[in-house]
Amino acid sequence: MSWLPELQHYVLLATALFFIGLIGVLTRRNAIVIFMSIELMLNAANLCFVAFSRYLGSPVGHLFSFMVMVVAACEVAVGLAIIVLIFRERRSVNVDDVNIMRW
Amino acid sequence: MNYLPSILSTVVFLPLLGTVLVVALPSREKNLLRAVALLTSLATFAASLNLWFAFDPAASGFQAVERFWWLWVFGVQVDYHLGVDGISLLLVLLTTFITPVVILSSWHAIEDKVKGYHACFLVLETAMLGTFLALDMVLFYIFWEAMLLPMYFIIGVWGGPRRLYATIKFVLFTMAGSVLMLAALIWLAISFKQFTGNPTLTFNLLEFYATDFLRPGTAQSLMFLAFTLAFAIKVPMFPFHTWLPDAHVEAPTAGSVILAGVLLKMGTYGLLRFAIPLFPHALHQFAPAICILALVGIVYGALVAMVQPDLKKLVAYSSVSHLGFVVLGLFVLNDFGLRGAIYQMLNHGLSTGLLFLAVGVVYERRHTRQIEDFGGLARVMPMFAVGFMIATLSSIGLPGLNGFWGEFPILLGAFAARPVFGIIAATGVILGAVYMLWMFRRVMFGPLTRPENEVLRDLSPREIAVFVPMIVVMFWMGLFPKPFFDVMEKSVAEVLARHEQRLGQAEVPRLEIQAVLDSLAPARKN
Amino acid sequence: MHSVSYLQYIPLFPLLGALLCAVLGPRLKPAAVGALATVMVGASFAVSVAAFFEVRSGHQALQTVLYTWNALGGLTVDVGFLFDQLSAVMALVVTGVSTLIHLYSIGYIAHDRSPWRFFSYLNLFVFSMALLILGNNLLVMFVGWEGVGLCSYLLIGFWYDGWMKEPGGQRGMANSVAGMKAFVVNRIGDFGFLLAIFLIVVTFLPKVADGRVLDFAVLRALMEGGIPSGIGLGIITTICLLLFVGATGKSAQLPLYVWLPDAMAGPTPVSALIHAATMVTAGVYMVARMSFFYIQSPTAQLVVAGVGAATALFAATIGLVQRDIKKVLAYSTVSQLGYMFIGVGMCAYSAGVFHLTTHAFFKALLFLGAGSVIHGMHEEQDIYRMGGLKKYMPLTYWTFLVATIAIAGIWPFAGFFSKDEILWQAFNYHNEVFPEAGRVIWAVGLTGALLTAFYMFRLVALTFWGPERFHEVLHGKHPHESPWTMTLPLTVLAVLSFGAGWLAMPHIWGPNLFHHWLEPAVAALPPVGGHHSGPGLEWGLMILSMGIAGLGIASAMGFYRQDAPLPTRMKAAFPGLYRVLYQKYYVDELYDTAVIRPLVSVSRGFLWKFFDVNVIDGTVNGLASAVRLCGMALRRLQTGLVHTYAYFIVLGALAFVFYVMMMLSKGL
Repeated sequence: MSWLPELQHYVLLATALFFIGLIGVLTRRNAIVIFMSIELMLNAANLCFVAFSRYLGSPVGHLFSFMVMVVAACEVAVGLAIIVLIFRERRSVNVDDVNIMRW
Repeated sequence: MNYLPSILSTVVFLPLLGTVLVVALPSREKNLLRAVALLTSLATFAASLNLWFAFDPAASGFQAVERFWWLWVFGVQVDYHLGVDGISLLLVLLTTFITPVVILSSWHAIEDKVKGYHACFLVLETAMLGTFLALDMVLFYIFWEAMLLPMYFIIGVWGGPRRLYATIKFVLFTMAGSVLMLAALIWLAISFKQFTGNPTLTFNLLEFYATDFLRPGTAQSLMFLAFTLAFAIKVPMFPFHTWLPDAHVEAPTAGSVILAGVLLKMGTYGLLRFAIPLFPHALHQFAPAICILALVGIVYGALVAMVQPDLKKLVAYSSVSHLGFVVLGLFVLNDFGLRGAIYQMLNHGLSTGLLFLAVGVVYERRHTRQIEDFGGLARVMPMFAVGFMIATLSSIGLPGLNGFWGEFPILLGAFAARPVFGIIAATGVILGAVYMLWMFRRVMFGPLTRPENEVLRDLSPREIAVFVPMIVVMFWMGLFPKPFFDVMEKSVAEVLARHEQRLGQAEVPRLEIQAVLDSLAPARKN
Repeated sequence: MHSVSYLQYIPLFPLLGALLCAVLGPRLKPAAVGALATVMVGASFAVSVAAFFEVRSGHQALQTVLYTWNALGGLTVDVGFLFDQLSAVMALVVTGVSTLIHLYSIGYIAHDRSPWRFFSYLNLFVFSMALLILGNNLLVMFVGWEGVGLCSYLLIGFWYDGWMKEPGGQRGMANSVAGMKAFVVNRIGDFGFLLAIFLIVVTFLPKVADGRVLDFAVLRALMEGGIPSGIGLGIITTICLLLFVGATGKSAQLPLYVWLPDAMAGPTPVSALIHAATMVTAGVYMVARMSFFYIQSPTAQLVVAGVGAATALFAATIGLVQRDIKKVLAYSTVSQLGYMFIGVGMCAYSAGVFHLTTHAFFKALLFLGAGSVIHGMHEEQDIYRMGGLKKYMPLTYWTFLVATIAIAGIWPFAGFFSKDEILWQAFNYHNEVFPEAGRVIWAVGLTGALLTAFYMFRLVALTFWGPERFHEVLHGKHPHESPWTMTLPLTVLAVLSFGAGWLAMPHIWGPNLFHHWLEPAVAALPPVGGHHSGPGLEWGLMILSMGIAGLGIASAMGFYRQDAPLPTRMKAAFPGLYRVLYQKYYVDELYDTAVIRPLVSVSRGFLWKFFDVNVIDGTVNGLASAVRLCGMALRRLQTGLVHTYAYFIVLGALAFVFYVMMMLSKGL
């Protein structure tokens, strides 16, 4: 008889991951790190989806997690391209340097 | 004669087809572009003549109706629904008649971006015709807003030095009104849905007409005011008129002509098509107040026109005065007033159109519109003097020309409703003579004091071709108005009968303004 | 009413003439254009004569209805013509005098830059005038009414780049301004006319089955047995007074007479035709035409006759001192129109219309004579620079003298019969609102007659008699007599001015043919009992008015013969009075300061520059600035830093979550 994690453990883990990601987004200045933090938040959501899917016995959550992965992949592709372009332009990936949309 | 198949769609979309052709042609072929635009508009006019000859004045309701599903999503049903009655018929003819005239008039005036210019005019024509013919309110709204874009470009690209200010002012004024109208329109449709229990949200004007679904009350008043405000801005009624002088002054001649000739009629047409038939109780309450605004507009427009130093501004303010007559005629709610008002819409289109064309003629030669820069032009431009004189006389309502049969029934209708209204409005007739003849004298008569005016050319054959059709129609409408009045008879009678009937069924609370008004300007009792 | 099919040719011939002159005229010789125009009006006269004989033999009015002009709101209006006894008189006078004046104009206008334009306008005028007098309803009449106003405008300003010359030689009002003034003042009158039409429509439309409520015949039938039930006398009086407002504009009565003296800016044949013989009498015609209303309302009668009498005297006093030959005649016209209104105001329609007829002859003759003088004097109009012209222009002099005697009212010239008939009617007139009105008006009219005789003979004396004062103006040239096309009309008119009076003899002498002719066409007051004056009184009054006229003539001859020093002494003795009269009581100045200037400055300073620009556009632009200001404030949120946006996203999300939780907890 081994210990099996239950739903609340998954939700707690997901919450922790989400807030780590959130704090990362809010506090870090490096665009790459912000990106990674966002991925963390997405994965926290994924974890929730899978956990609930399992708990409710419905495959929809699995489907959604794949959807999120696809979106995340697209986002990374576009986002990294933008960051590379910004780096070429400004020699920096610090988001505070990119404020030309200011009033 | 019978209606040709799909005649309304043909009339509406023929100019759009012309636009496609114009866009496809190379930009450097300027004369070809102009010719294509002119021929398209002439073809549209020819097509619209079928409407005139096939129209049956004895039949009630709308004719040549075309209807099919267009958008049907989320329980909202928007139809492509066109139809013509005695009111829209005349305005359609006015539009298709004036458009070729203005395209011809700007033959040499526009050398820059000729392709875009003519494309704009043809799109504008489609939008104007669609607005007059649409029977679905969403379709109407779409055409209504579609008019703004080409006009925005016509003023903003080919206009005078302050064109940006003028064109933005024009668009914002109109938009401010039309968003209110959109809201009221949706509210109206929802009220209709709730009343009938229909599963879908429809915008069919004919069903709205046929059903007495609005109870007297605040909701009706608000909807009425929203519609009225939208159209009053377009008319423009005092005190929403200040976009007009700016727009006219900055617009190219052809833009001014089409603006004064047709676009302003959208406002009065909208009042007659929507604000008056749909909201009988609110109309009854607010009509006297609107009449008073119209009276103020008549006198105010005339007085301000009198002191304008700029020809186009003068004509613009005279439009405020003339359209005051139209609004007055609409809101006195009797046969004289309504039919006179519709006729006056046509008259104003022709006479003010011709006045703007005349101003354009001298502007093309002298590049100034200041009255003080002219004087004595009658000596060097005798033919122009004749044309300009006829436009002036038509504008001041000389009997025998078209203007008389607009002003006379309106004044009579106003007098029949409340004598004081007739009396005040009739002072506009005096003031009209004052400002128009004073202007004419300062421009055309007196000695030729400026050497640059001595070498002005008289009208060219092309300009004569622009002036003559307008003048012929003016005389025709002045001498034989009856066919025109017969055409509108049935439609106007329906509006009035429906209003009487709906009003009779409900007790309408009196507004305080009515009580005050009744003591000051008593309504005539029969 | 007898339907015929040719009445439309009376207006259509001149219309055709106007079009032909305008189109072909520039390519034709001046004389040919003039001949064309004259023939067209002559044709119109011929049709009128034919119609006259048909009316005379058939004893009934003729009517031609061309088509239905318009129908709406229950009202139907035809384009139709009515030729009854009243229109017959007017049509014969108008087309006849017009033909003569067209003929005269050929010589007068021959050296102008564009005679074709002149004849085109002139024909257009005859067309409009024919519409005015032949229209079988008020609206067709109104078309003519406005049309003659337009032609008057065009013809006053015919020399649109010129000015009037003041007697001192300085520049007066611009011709085009005078034309505009005429049109605008007439429009003020038309305002009344229009309102009268409206009131007639709304009052009588329910009583007429086929909607032809503006037809004279229909209205007359309605009023046949007195005022129809349900309509108050007040409404009838209002209609009459509003119509009369129109008449004061067109016929230059107080207070709207101011345009007529300035209308002298036009060519002299125009003054003769439009501003003396025909157009200005339109108001008199209109009152006679609407006689069935006026006989019902004593108040309206009193106002019409009173205004007529006041104008007759007022204008005559101004005429006493004017120096411009045409101005004297203009004020004389205003004054004589006043007499006509005395006549029609007191419901003595045949007297009023007869004076209209004789006045058309002698005043046209006076103007044409004045034109001949001006022509001979090389465009000089100041009578103080004429004198002694009798020797150089004999035919002009003799015909002018005939007309002068006629207007002064000396037996047996035409003016005597017509003016005396009016005064006689005034003496006998009884008005229930103001019983003494007749005698007062008679006295005023008699005074006016004295002044008329005086100023007319002053004119003759200064122009034709006395020493020659024209040498400095003409620089050695001599005045010359005019060609036959100009003197022939003078002669014809002189014959008419002399002989026309016999058509309306006082009834103590013989039959009043004119009165019998007009009787079927106009309404008559019911006879008032116990008010018969004997033939002795009529003889007495006639001799009195002759004596008055003789007094006026004698004093004028005494004053102005041989440059007697008396006028100068009078001027010196009463400088204030002289100046007031010479400046026409400062009425133009009064209108200018009291009406025109305030209106223009309020419109410019307040309505336009303040209200339109500051208040309305200020509000609009203010709204725009307010929106802009909000934008300025809000854009500070747009820091451009990703973190700020992220914080806001998180805050928003938290707020949303919080809100949902609140809702949920409430729900549970």
